[in-house]
Amino acid sequence: MNSGIKPGRAIILVVLCLLIITSGYYAFQNAADREDGIKRGLDIAGGLYVLMEAVETEDREVDEDTIDRAIEIIRMRVDALAVSEPVIAAQGDDRIRIELPDLEDVQQARDIIGRTAMLKFIGPDGEEVLTGANLVDARAERAPEHSPYPFVSIEFDAEGTRVFAEATARFENQQIAIVLDDVVISEPVVQTVIPDGQATITGNFTFDEAAELALLLRSGALPVELRELESRMIGPTLGQRTEEIAVYAAGIGLALVLLFMIIFYRGAGLIAGVALVFYMSLVLWILLLLGATLTLPGIAGLILSIGMAVDANVIIFERIKDELRSGRTPRSAMESGFQRAFRAIFDANVTTLIVTIVLYSLASGPVRGFAVTLFIGIICSMFTAIVLTRLLMRLAFRAGLIRSGVYVGVKGQ
Amino acid sequence: MINFIGNRRKAYFVSALLVIAGLLSLVIVGLNLGIDFTGGTVLHLNLGEEFSLDEVHEVIAPFDELEGAAIQVVQSRDLSGELADEGLVIKASYIGEERRDMILNAFRERWPALDPADLRIESVGPVIGAELARQAILALAVAIVLMVGYITYRFEFKFALATIAALLHNIIIVVGIFSILQMEINVPFVAAILTVFGYSVNDTIVIFDRIRENIKHRKKRDYAAVVNESINQNLVRSINTSLTTLFVLTALLFGFHYYIGSLDLVVFVVALILGVLVGTYSSIFVASPLWLNLQDVNIRSKRSRAA
Repeated sequence: MNSGIKPGRAIILVVLCLLIITSGYYAFQNAADREDGIKRGLDIAGGLYVLMEAVETEDREVDEDTIDRAIEIIRMRVDALAVSEPVIAAQGDDRIRIELPDLEDVQQARDIIGRTAMLKFIGPDGEEVLTGANLVDARAERAPEHSPYPFVSIEFDAEGTRVFAEATARFENQQIAIVLDDVVISEPVVQTVIPDGQATITGNFTFDEAAELALLLRSGALPVELRELESRMIGPTLGQRTEEIAVYAAGIGLALVLLFMIIFYRGAGLIAGVALVFYMSLVLWILLLLGATLTLPGIAGLILSIGMAVDANVIIFERIKDELRSGRTPRSAMESGFQRAFRAIFDANVTTLIVTIVLYSLASGPVRGFAVTLFIGIICSMFTAIVLTRLLMRLAFRAGLIRSGVYVGVKGQ
Repeated sequence: MINFIGNRRKAYFVSALLVIAGLLSLVIVGLNLGIDFTGGTVLHLNLGEEFSLDEVHEVIAPFDELEGAAIQVVQSRDLSGELADEGLVIKASYIGEERRDMILNAFRERWPALDPADLRIESVGPVIGAELARQAILALAVAIVLMVGYITYRFEFKFALATIAALLHNIIIVVGIFSILQMEINVPFVAAILTVFGYSVNDTIVIFDRIRENIKHRKKRDYAAVVNESINQNLVRSINTSLTTLFVLTALLFGFHYYIGSLDLVVFVVALILGVLVGTYSSIFVASPLWLNLQDVNIRSKRSRAA
């Protein structure tokens, strides 16, 4: 039996382990970064999620074009909120999904998105004179000296200017109602003919309200009525607190797992611990690279895959113990232990992979998030357990660090 | 060696009891479905100062849609364990956007310190929840069919049958317990059930791999002994794996319950914990013995055909 520790090989092993741990540390640092790290779902980080359905009415039908236009208009409105990575997408034929992460005031955002913003000027005879479609600009203006209220100034296009001039001539000294989404916001009396297409909308607004109205008018009316199917607003404080606690708790849980593995499987447990760190950094890097969004169900998938990664190591070590008990030398027990464990790990993982693929293709939303992280997790855990743990254990043997069964916790070899 | 196989009747009895209790409760009482399934509105507000429920009732009195709404106070803590704030949770049937704003404004008027960054307002129309549940069930059904295919290909049909039986057993028991406890379930619960699904299969297949291998190496076909030996060989692994998973889950449960006070998250972790416990139990006490029984049926029917 060749005895004695070979320093060269031992150093390689130690350096490799340190590299893995360091890269794991950086992976975690990177992933945890709120700006550039892994994208958090709204259920974790907070934000606004709205699912809306276009409602077909007599004069407006819903087709691909209307949905596209509605999305464009919502995008213009959202851009004014300066959200970092907004998602505004069609879902199915007649639905629009909006996800806005990291908002300070979720309620304000919700208000701006949902409004149809159909502006109408209605004459005293009840006839529609003009609509917001003829608008080219709208701005909020500070309150003038003689009034406490800020107002919105608007400007019509050429056709609008002509029609508005005609209407103000026809209805001089009468009221024209300015109606937004079927609510009358003001009913000014026409004092003179307005030939230049400039008008103001007054009402008892605050400046913020005037600014919001101007934004809505600038971005245009939605081409179709949108009905809310689902809306979730989660404030950033609540989201952050959840994330903080989850990371903290998961950290403590994982530390316990490592401790348990080392107590139960000694040196091999330590190697499994290093492999587990590698596994986690691999998963985090891949999630980062794919630009995947981590949601609560996604975390469930991760927990399961961590469980399966630990399981793979446990299966291998138990196998090695069996082989040692049946009288093999430590080295051959290790090799045949890995070999025998492989089939069990492979079949269990492939069966679960099938589940993830089906879930991904058939389900949407939260269930999909689960499928993605579990899929990535399983692939990484198989690779880690079968390739990395084995490589590290072989290195440990070659370095002479392992010479008896004590390394997996078998006594009396 | 522990005699699992000899005592399998007792295990079957326990399992049958749990499954029947679960099914009965599901049929009679059903599940306490949250807004994600039934539709509805939840307002979770941090009012920014101390409040009494009487004051809250006063504020919401003008809103008819909040009549009969469930009102709760939840507590959350920061990492040092200090009470961070008391949140107010109101659960009602679906309220549209405009009325929601009006309600929120009424709270803002009464409590100007209401923190717009520390709130949760979720509204779900009744269509969405049903869609989600249907999708998940359809996906699981397809997954089961494909899994049966794969397991039959790698092992044999009877292993597939036993795996699926154990799987359904686990899911019925976990869902049944939630029906009995009447804990409110939402989307995270679906994720937890999917996880239980994955965990059960993983746990069972590993034991079946042992059985498959031990049968190959044996000349004498004493299946009962083979199964019992396989379970015993795998016992330490079963315990260690579920223990390590439970470490992580227990830490999460404590964090979510004590620090955040979020019922949805607590339900999520409790379902996972139950799933791990039931999943480990069923791989040992249900799946493997069941395979043995299926094997016996086969042998008996072959014998009777020969006779």
